[in-house]
Amino acid sequence: MPSESGALVARHVLEFPGGYTRTTGPVIGRFLTELRAGRIVGVRTAEGRVLVPPLEYDPATGDAVTSEYVEVGPAGTVTACAWVHEPRPGHPLDRPFAWATIKLDGADTSLVHAVDAGNPKALSPGTRVWPVWRQDRDGQITDISHFAPEVTKIVSHVRAEYRLQAGGALGTFLEAIGRGVFIGGACATCGQVYVPFRGSCPECGTVITEQVELPDTGTITTFAINNLPDPRAPEVPFVSAYILLDGSDSPLIALVGGVPAHEVRQGMRVRAEWIPREEWTPSLANVRWFAPTGEPDVEL
Amino acid sequence: MRDVAIVAFAQTRHTGHDTGLSEAEMILPVINEVKERTGLQRFGFTCSGSCDYLAGAPFSFVSALDAVGAWPPISESHVEMDGAWALYEAWVRLQHGDIDSALVYGFGKSSLGDLRAITTLQLDPYYLAPLGLDQLSVAALQAAAAGVDRAELDEIVRRSRADGRGNAYALDLPEEVPDGFAVEPLKTADIAPITDGAAAVVLATGDLVTRLCDNPAYIRGIAHRIEPHYLGMRDLARSASAAEAARAAGVGKGAVEVAELHTQFAHEEPILRRALELPADTVINPSGGPLAANPVMATGLIRIGEAARRIHDGTASRTVGHAASGPCLQHNLVAVLEA
Repeated sequence: MPSESGALVARHVLEFPGGYTRTTGPVIGRFLTELRAGRIVGVRTAEGRVLVPPLEYDPATGDAVTSEYVEVGPAGTVTACAWVHEPRPGHPLDRPFAWATIKLDGADTSLVHAVDAGNPKALSPGTRVWPVWRQDRDGQITDISHFAPEVTKIVSHVRAEYRLQAGGALGTFLEAIGRGVFIGGACATCGQVYVPFRGSCPECGTVITEQVELPDTGTITTFAINNLPDPRAPEVPFVSAYILLDGSDSPLIALVGGVPAHEVRQGMRVRAEWIPREEWTPSLANVRWFAPTGEPDVEL
Repeated sequence: MRDVAIVAFAQTRHTGHDTGLSEAEMILPVINEVKERTGLQRFGFTCSGSCDYLAGAPFSFVSALDAVGAWPPISESHVEMDGAWALYEAWVRLQHGDIDSALVYGFGKSSLGDLRAITTLQLDPYYLAPLGLDQLSVAALQAAAAGVDRAELDEIVRRSRADGRGNAYALDLPEEVPDGFAVEPLKTADIAPITDGAAAVVLATGDLVTRLCDNPAYIRGIAHRIEPHYLGMRDLARSASAAEAARAAGVGKGAVEVAELHTQFAHEEPILRRALELPADTVINPSGGPLAANPVMATGLIRIGEAARRIHDGTASRTVGHAASGPCLQHNLVAVLEA
């Protein structure tokens, strides 16, 4: 039929419907039968070498092999490998993988198969690999789905739950946050003002009783750009900063928002951005983040 | 042994795309060219090499005979292999002593299908083909085993493309080499291009040789050797069969000025160079070689033809033509040609 260019073009498919039926003979048949049972065997040659996969005749001498089958592997060592970046339709894996020649333990020759290694650097001559078997095996070389490198690491999941109660100084601070106010503590001895409010001065040990209301404006003293997601941050990257509230001597850690991460700087003037008043709870979550006020930077 | 010489060689101007010509139409001009050059219209023996899987049609080589003119009946044969093996069969046939000329040709259009997948069909059906190992994957395994220095491969690719641009029959591949891996460590640029084309050779023996050609290229040695098909049964870093064939053909009995090697992948050149024990001053693939034009099933015959051409035109007196077949240089043929 005419194609777009006007050339006469036809599609032609060469296919044997249902596939050819091939007899295996006793040697290959034994290997495939063992595969179906989840075992890999080689055949011993008259010279004593173990051929894997088995051949009827020793390629080195042309002599018929013996009738002795030897279980090999299941692990083996990669002797050469090539990395497939874009698997083709007929390939064993649909994600990037390696082809490898694998010398199975106990074999004198190498088996050719696919290795699921994740990335090309994970595999090189000498890498130890193990077969990954298919669930439903029917006596084909693909009964081994593929090989995989030895296990060298695991992922440990850690999770524990706690119940935290803010009763003392922290309770005082959060109760005030619930009203939209930052409460600090002023040391009667050394004069330092701490926010959040605390019950004693970490510098001189004096019990703090004087509560100071602080404004919700301050200055960034230092900051970090975070590239790993965090449930408390709106997006990646996000900036967490030390913010020295006006009138306080100790910085508070909070998110910085409303400004691209790369524009955040030391000395930047910021103001707390509160969530809507009707959503306030006794929690620092009341402050979405601190955003630039637009005032000139402060010399620190 | 009877002295057999290559007295004529012709090839198509190979293309990197399907021109729409049938195989017979593609072959006809090169057959006519060698007939014209030798003045022969009939040959004692005719032998061709091709692969039906390239066209996807059984016995497709039979229709190619239309280009030869087979009536009244001719003595004819075909190998499902590169035309280089058809040349070998014709050389053997000429040893019988009852004929003194033979026409050999090889042809292929690898543009018709997916050559990388079609070559999977040549693999053993029990252990290799079910894995879907394609042509580039097996070549990449050999490239990995050979571990050739990247700079050396880059230079082979650069040189082959440059020589190919100087060869009117080869493809005009750009100096700018594409980057990126096909199957790592095999780079896209290391791979012979998809090519359609054909070639023909006339062999002669006895008095006929000098009557047909002023500078005949005598086949002083020709041999082919094969090694196990299964990749895991051989040392892929070397080509034991190429080395055996080279010894049997007598490559080392004299200096080799030019060697045309059937290198479908850049890394095959150092492997073959080592197997054939070619010294540094042997010029490799001055035609550009398969990396500049790879009409599958004619590529090997063209290597022998190009090696002969150097003797025909008087620029060399001893050359080597090499052809390969099967995965990872499984089967190798070496011909030593002398003035």
